[in-house]
Amino acid sequence: MNHLPQAWGRPRDDVYGAYDHAYLQNGPKQHTQSPAVTGTSVLALKFKDGVVIAADNLASYGSLARFTDVKRLRKFADTTVVGFGGDVSDMQYLDRLLNSLDIEEAYGGSSHTLNAQNLHTYLSKVMYKRRSEFNPLWNQLLVAGLDGEGKPFLASADLLGTTFSSPSLATGFGAHLAQPLLRKVAFDEEAAAKLTVEEAVEAIKESMKVLFYRDARSLDKYSIAVVTKDGIDLKQDEKLEKQSWAFADQIRGYGTQIN
Amino acid sequence: MFRNNYDNDSVTFSPQGRIFQVEYASEAVKQGSVVVGLVSKTHAVLVALKRNAEELSSYQKKVIAIDEHLGLALAGLASDARVLSNFMKQQSLSSRLTYGRAIPLSRLVNSIGDRAQTNTQHYGKRPYGVGLLVAGVDETGPHLFEFQPSGMTQEMVACAIGARSQMARTYLERNLDKFADAGREELVVHGLKALKESLAQDKELTVENCSVGVVGVRGEGMKAIEGFKLFDGQDVKQWVDMVAEGAEETAEEGMDVDS
Amino acid sequence: MAMFSQNPLMNGPNYSFSQTPSTAAAGNKEHSFYPYTDNGGSTLAISGNDFTIIAGDTRSTSGYNINTRYSPKVFKIGGTTSSQDDATLVLSVVGFAADGAALKERLDAIVKMYRYQHGKPMSVKACAQRLSTILYGKRFFPYYVTAILGGLDEEGKGAVYSYDPVGSYEREQCRAAGAAASLIMPFLDNQVNYKNQYIPGSGEGHALQEREKIPLPRNEVEDLVKDAFDSAVERHIEVGDGLQMLIITKSGIEEKYLPLKKD
Repeated sequence: MNHLPQAWGRPRDDVYGAYDHAYLQNGPKQHTQSPAVTGTSVLALKFKDGVVIAADNLASYGSLARFTDVKRLRKFADTTVVGFGGDVSDMQYLDRLLNSLDIEEAYGGSSHTLNAQNLHTYLSKVMYKRRSEFNPLWNQLLVAGLDGEGKPFLASADLLGTTFSSPSLATGFGAHLAQPLLRKVAFDEEAAAKLTVEEAVEAIKESMKVLFYRDARSLDKYSIAVVTKDGIDLKQDEKLEKQSWAFADQIRGYGTQIN
Repeated sequence: MFRNNYDNDSVTFSPQGRIFQVEYASEAVKQGSVVVGLVSKTHAVLVALKRNAEELSSYQKKVIAIDEHLGLALAGLASDARVLSNFMKQQSLSSRLTYGRAIPLSRLVNSIGDRAQTNTQHYGKRPYGVGLLVAGVDETGPHLFEFQPSGMTQEMVACAIGARSQMARTYLERNLDKFADAGREELVVHGLKALKESLAQDKELTVENCSVGVVGVRGEGMKAIEGFKLFDGQDVKQWVDMVAEGAEETAEEGMDVDS
Repeated sequence: MAMFSQNPLMNGPNYSFSQTPSTAAAGNKEHSFYPYTDNGGSTLAISGNDFTIIAGDTRSTSGYNINTRYSPKVFKIGGTTSSQDDATLVLSVVGFAADGAALKERLDAIVKMYRYQHGKPMSVKACAQRLSTILYGKRFFPYYVTAILGGLDEEGKGAVYSYDPVGSYEREQCRAAGAAASLIMPFLDNQVNYKNQYIPGSGEGHALQEREKIPLPRNEVEDLVKDAFDSAVERHIEVGDGLQMLIITKSGIEEKYLPLKKD
């Protein structure tokens, strides 16, 4: 034995060569190693008395725009909207899981329901459990709604089980492009608590537009939901308005190049 | 009880449609010292009469705190109650872990009801020899539930189980309409008065033989609860004095509804 | 072993989020699921004569992104209520946040059950031992976190226990952990344990006399913590936004929040 405990119990590199990790990549049981059909960004923003959340209706297969009418926002129990980024089949599995949870909760006729916070806790445990089994659900979720005290609630959970909450959240490409724009209107909780629903919806729509300009796996058809104590206003067939492609002229790479 | 051919196990009906083992288990409840529970619009209260098996022994524990928002009082086999309360503690913790939610009382009580029922339908099993009063608060306000060895559970406005509990029930029935709007202190005093009714001739309520458990809501939502608190010894003196012999009249007048 | 090394020369710039191994095994390269990530941030704990302070910044990161500006890394453990008002122990976790949250909840449930079964709060010493066994229980799929546990010992003195991801632990006077540990720890060595501080004119070489160690009062320790984090924020991109401090004394746990630079 030498003075390097890291090397103890291992075949000596100078005798056997460096350890070959390759077999680890091809074990007998294969779990999901990468997502297949995917959805891109989900955006959400808290405001005075609720949360706005949006996602486009595209499901891509690599760089192929495979499905153009996939709804990636899902209602839960009239109190919560979950937005899904990432693998679409895993989203559909989670959708079924939430359906059975909804039925289980409603069973017995008690007036107890899971609020957005409860649902986020539950989903994050599901995600963390699956990552710990090396069989992750390849998604990043945003959960929007109201918490136990009726205050706006917005939080994220991803394929690793990581969770966090913020006045504005954006998944995927949106984390780079939209989040800075959303943080401009809602830098902190205090700023978000002053926003009106109109301001919040406007900020989200503008961000969706920027994403459509710059994210190659995005679409101008999208879903948007506003959650308040009065319920959920979910629209699933919205079209981006007031697009301006004037800038495209100035950029090499858009359309046919003449010089 | 008289021996007969149908009481060797808890799975065989008598020709009269009775399951004797379950009925015997109910007798065990009646052997236990009396416990009383009652609810108002804001509080749920448990009061219990403690017994010591002999002069030299300590008093048997009658009230157990399960979680922040609930507790129970037992009559019957204390060891069986411990098994149930441990189970309830686990269920409560698990609800907080998976959903971040205080378990709804009805759901918790149903789960021990189901457990007790399986004991009455499997050969070689024995019914729990204990009755419980479960008091707590959840999103829908304060509740009191009764649990019996048969697996029967029901929500109560006020209830008493255990030895000579009929006297306490009579008191509760007579004063039923006063409970809903009673304040915290008033409710405890009603509980102790009911308990006093059930005392044997030569017995009196003392700080040694009384246990009180109080839980309530302070405002809207689960954040504003008065957590379940167990009072023993000198901590119950304030109330015991109020129902003591002779103090009766002054207590009645000076009993303000606390705000 | 690159993953244990903080030496920039071995690993490049040594950002904590560069999670792909810099040297790949020979043969086909495949991207497989990697169950960990680093959420950055730093924690710090100092024990005093009759108090313990545990602090952490509140930034959570993914690579160059800020997930949120408020994600606590310091938690009260083992209270009987959801607000943890009557807790006596504090745990800080830094590293992979999901593992940190899982570890915190597991320890909290265990300490709560201990209190329910024994009718008294768990001692720091017992909790420290238990935390070690929890971490070691996942020796071959570790919780990727650096934990620090704090409280008051049986004599009422401040106690800090620090851990590695697989459960090695020891009681210490002070400890910094996380992304900026290498920036904060030397500062602590110097300012808390007076390392490299000598009495002027006491001699030369081995004859130098060390400055006398005195237990620091609470307000001075609080200032040290603030200074440590202000400095770390200045030099490390993963640290910032807010400073959360839990101060454990015999009268309970006091919480303080101070803003840090948000750039």
